[in-house]
Amino acid sequence: MTASGAEAALFWVLAPLMVLAALGLLFARKAVHAAVCVMFVMVGLAILYVAQEAPFLGVVQVVVYTGAVMMLFLFVLMLVGVDAADSLTETIKGQRWVGVLLGLGLVVVLLGVIAQATFPPAVGLAEANAVTNPVALARVLLGDYVLAMEVVGVLLVTAALAGLVLTHRRRLSVRPTQRVLAAARVAALPQGRTLTPLPAPGVYAQNNAMDTPALGPDGEPLPHSVPRVLRIRGQERSATAVLAEEETLVARDDLRLIGVGPTSGEAVPAPVGLVETTSGASPGSTTGGTGTTGEDEDGGVR
Amino acid sequence: MIPGVASDFSNDWLWVSLIKAVLIVVFLLTSVLFAIWFERKVVARMQVRPGPNWHGPFGLLQSLADAMKLLLKEDVNVTRADRIVYLLAPMISVFCALLVFAVIPFGPEVTIPFTEYTTPAQLTDFPVAVLYVLACASMGVYGIVLGGWSSGSTYPLLGSVRSTAQVISYELAMGLSLVSVFIMAGSMSTSQIVASQTSIWWFLPLLPAFVVYVISMIGETNRLPFDLPEAEGELVSGYMTEYSSMKFAWFFLAEYINMLNVSAVATTLFLGGWRAPWPLSAVNDGMFNTGWWPVLWFLAKLWLVMFVFVWVRGTLLRLRYDQFMSFGWKVLIPVALAWVVVLSVFQYLGLAGVTRTQLITGVAVAAVVVIALLWLWPDRKGAAAKEAAGSGPPGAPHRPAGEFDAFADGFPVPPLPGQALPPSPRARRHVMQASEVPGAPAAPPSAVDRSEETR
Repeated sequence: MTASGAEAALFWVLAPLMVLAALGLLFARKAVHAAVCVMFVMVGLAILYVAQEAPFLGVVQVVVYTGAVMMLFLFVLMLVGVDAADSLTETIKGQRWVGVLLGLGLVVVLLGVIAQATFPPAVGLAEANAVTNPVALARVLLGDYVLAMEVVGVLLVTAALAGLVLTHRRRLSVRPTQRVLAAARVAALPQGRTLTPLPAPGVYAQNNAMDTPALGPDGEPLPHSVPRVLRIRGQERSATAVLAEEETLVARDDLRLIGVGPTSGEAVPAPVGLVETTSGASPGSTTGGTGTTGEDEDGGVR
Repeated sequence: MIPGVASDFSNDWLWVSLIKAVLIVVFLLTSVLFAIWFERKVVARMQVRPGPNWHGPFGLLQSLADAMKLLLKEDVNVTRADRIVYLLAPMISVFCALLVFAVIPFGPEVTIPFTEYTTPAQLTDFPVAVLYVLACASMGVYGIVLGGWSSGSTYPLLGSVRSTAQVISYELAMGLSLVSVFIMAGSMSTSQIVASQTSIWWFLPLLPAFVVYVISMIGETNRLPFDLPEAEGELVSGYMTEYSSMKFAWFFLAEYINMLNVSAVATTLFLGGWRAPWPLSAVNDGMFNTGWWPVLWFLAKLWLVMFVFVWVRGTLLRLRYDQFMSFGWKVLIPVALAWVVVLSVFQYLGLAGVTRTQLITGVAVAAVVVIALLWLWPDRKGAAAKEAAGSGPPGAPHRPAGEFDAFADGFPVPPLPGQALPPSPRARRHVMQASEVPGAPAAPPSAVDRSEETR
């Protein structure tokens, strides 16, 4: 049995890469890198399956193992974050020896089965796949081995159910619904709470940083529009200061337009530190607001 | 000729496949540019504003300009990012998105103009082509997940975790809804499925599966109202918060190609693929189902589904995350599963020799029985509500007329008949101002007021 030229080329390109990725699983420092390596091995395996005229197996390998099982592994790895600092001491006594014993037992059983097994003569791919690969597989799995399939299915369902039952926690109190929460918010209105979220910080022509309060409908600054942390630290800027600075700038621009020039100091006394504040605040705040995500290209609401 | 596949690829040499692949990539990239413009323009119409109208005719070149801008922007690498995975993630997203169209049939056999050469308007097909589409979709999620993790930042991680949970759950519903098409068509190859829709398109007999597919395809592509992995109000921009410039553009590209992918799958599996719509398909002995015409029908249907995407986005609000997950697990998956079971039973009965009239009579009798049962079922909730309405809530005493409590029972309430509103403080202020300075010119506005007026 020799492979065709294309298949051999595919194998000799993929196989070394897969071996490298498998080694990466062993030697990678970060758990997520190891997971990515496993992912690569799995996809490579799927491609080899397809190349060997088993397209169903190859595609299912990707859908089930890479797409679902490995994804769940990654999910847990990302959330838990396996560190090198994990304790390696045994919590159950003799665990290691039991493990070794069970492993040896498995090896013995497998060797026995493999030594005993006799295969019928191969019928060839063309005949096996005559009714298309998925149909032929279905006939074998759901015809010849239907009992084994059913048993495995029952086992898997039991395991899934056991997982659900073991992780289930009984709720001790009634879960508050959205309606109950809304009623509670309304009931807290007379105590000075608000129905809506707190107002966002102020947006001014030259300043939209978090430390400036917004103006209410009556023109008064709303102190609670500045985050509580900034207020406690005393890092809040007053709206009047921001507006006065902008006012000065506008006045300067007006004067420049009519030809007086910005240097005529008596008309517009420029406060010390004004230039630094505005030039420091506005470019930073504009990039923070629009520049980083690029989501504005999207135009509307999302 | 591959067994179990309707199209004949035996004439395709390597270079033909190569040209087709290049054409598909070009088609996808231009379609994405068009799709961005299309979406912005249609959403703008729905929101009664013009939308992009400055660059090129009808603003068509707007997305090209945006793409140029993204290309030229600074590529920011976050310090805490995991460099390799950070770069790998957008690549995985785009490559997996580009793979799907390989098995989508644009049309039947077409003749290349000015030659005698005929070839299927499809790159390739095999007996498990639709599963291959699902495999590509499930690989594409790795881009999102790894991108979120490798950014080394909180919001992207939350976005990617959400995305994992979301895509795994909605892929189940999607797969189950596709199973009913496999049962009816008896095949998983795309060209065979299109061939099986000669008499009727599957979205009519398989309407429940189609509805489940449309919902789960929106969930699968992270589009509104299911765009929780990138919910701006909660997660800034979700998994792509820390991405900029070309890397961000790749995520953006992958999102729109994925929209095109699921639309193409919906078209192929449920909407008849490249087949002409009914009155046209009968014209001149099926003339519109041959030659290059089918490409037109395919594209029209594709963009119809794309319009549904935009329509849904312009109409619906984003779901809350727990509502979204419970909707997927408690509604979509059971419905899809039940539908597959019902369909399999019907198929089995059909194979066992039950005639169609017998089936329809059986279904009608069952429907009548179910409706009668529902009609006669004691309505506990309704009875309780009626009782409550009859007696009235115990904590609502009658208020004396004239005394108005704006927060009766803690709720802001309007005055009842006979009660009078207290005078509004703002109204009084206006009245007092008017009475104090009659006919006087308005006071010069203060600096603060004027600055507001000028902006």
